[in-house]
Amino acid sequence: MGRAGAHGGAPLGRVAVALDVTWAVKWLTLSAQAMAEHRVELIELDRAIGDSDHGENMDRGFQAVLDKLAEAPPQTPGAALKLTAMTLMSKVGGAAGPLYGTAFLRAATSLGDAAEVDPAAWAGALAAARDGIVARGKAESGDKTMVDAWTPAVEAARKAAMDGNGDALTVLVAAAEAAEAGAVATDPMVARKGRASYLGERSAGHRDPGAASSALILRAAVGAAA
Amino acid sequence: MTVSLVVVSHSEKIADGAAELAAQMAPDVLVLTAGGTTDGRIGTSLEKVLAALDKAGSGGTVILTDLGSAVMTAESALEFAENPEEMVLADAPLVEGLVAAAVAAQGGADMHAVRRAAESVGGPARQPEDAPLKAIGEGPVTGKGPDFTGDFELVNQAGMHARPAAKIAGGLSGLDAEVTVNGVDGASMTGLMTLAAGKGSVLHVEAWGADAERAVNYVGGLVQAGFGEP
Repeated sequence: MGRAGAHGGAPLGRVAVALDVTWAVKWLTLSAQAMAEHRVELIELDRAIGDSDHGENMDRGFQAVLDKLAEAPPQTPGAALKLTAMTLMSKVGGAAGPLYGTAFLRAATSLGDAAEVDPAAWAGALAAARDGIVARGKAESGDKTMVDAWTPAVEAARKAAMDGNGDALTVLVAAAEAAEAGAVATDPMVARKGRASYLGERSAGHRDPGAASSALILRAAVGAAA
Repeated sequence: MTVSLVVVSHSEKIADGAAELAAQMAPDVLVLTAGGTTDGRIGTSLEKVLAALDKAGSGGTVILTDLGSAVMTAESALEFAENPEEMVLADAPLVEGLVAAAVAAQGGADMHAVRRAAESVGGPARQPEDAPLKAIGEGPVTGKGPDFTGDFELVNQAGMHARPAAKIAGGLSGLDAEVTVNGVDGASMTGLMTLAAGKGSVLHVEAWGADAERAVNYVGGLVQAGFGEP
């Protein structure tokens, strides 16, 4: 696995992954693909407990991100995330716009203008993103929202960054797996925030669409580095 | 410079309609709208909010919103704005808050006072059934002194606060009369609010001019109907 050549001395044939602007753009591109591929699934999840627009909104928002990335290619990971924030907030329309927008914006601010992000900085950016979502949406863990995917992801990324000998891929994988488990864990929860909260107990038994899309996006970050 | 207002709504029609309503009571106040998404759907758009904020005047801007994600989009806009200290978000029901804010801004209130005016309108207002203009009851209207006067006891729980003040000031501004209420200008919402008159206080109304009697009747009718409030 990994790229050939450039880092010939990497142990066990594995090349250290660089979290640079190329990776960031690929991540956003794969996120857009994931939103398009899972559009109907997200719509179905949202139809069960919301207003059934999440899949469509996320797909539209990320397609607009692709257009913007092509129009004005960013020079740093932070710039790519900031452009994504602005575009999602302008194009998504539903609550996911300002929530994801704030997440990407806070992550961008956390990364600054670094050309390459080390695993600890990436874990810090994920934490900043999660804090932004919490601040904007006023949701807590267990409310059956995207926070339930992000908080385990942040914790797993931090732990992996501390234990993982500086390997970025390990951190990305840890975050994605924790987000996926966190999304699954929303199934039995009763929603306390957003449109789904109007359903009360009837919201149990359905996965939160925002947690599901969050897991897809964090999984795309792995794909971009693989 | 007068405070500008920005309306953020999921619906372009709601934003435009609310702005139109406010403009009727506050013709000199710049009311900008950011309703719906850029492609005309229901939703909110940061781009539209930032564009509206950009067009606002230099006297400070108060933002009013409707449902949940409009609040989030407005908060996000403040995060992006280059001069966030010149804008504040009001936590108020959109229509009532906007009208109170517009009347306060029209009266020259500063940004924070305009925000307070919006926020003091409280929950969703119940409009009074057509204010009973003729039922003056205890308030003797006479033709002496000023052209007409009346004394009316505040019967609503909250007494004189922003919404009653906006109703009185807004209605009087359309009449050909000079009116004072306990000595302050009856057409000034902020003036009326400074009375800090609670339930049980008596408002002494004096009016001069062609519409003086109507003006006293108007204030009396509103007060005795409790402004439609409990």
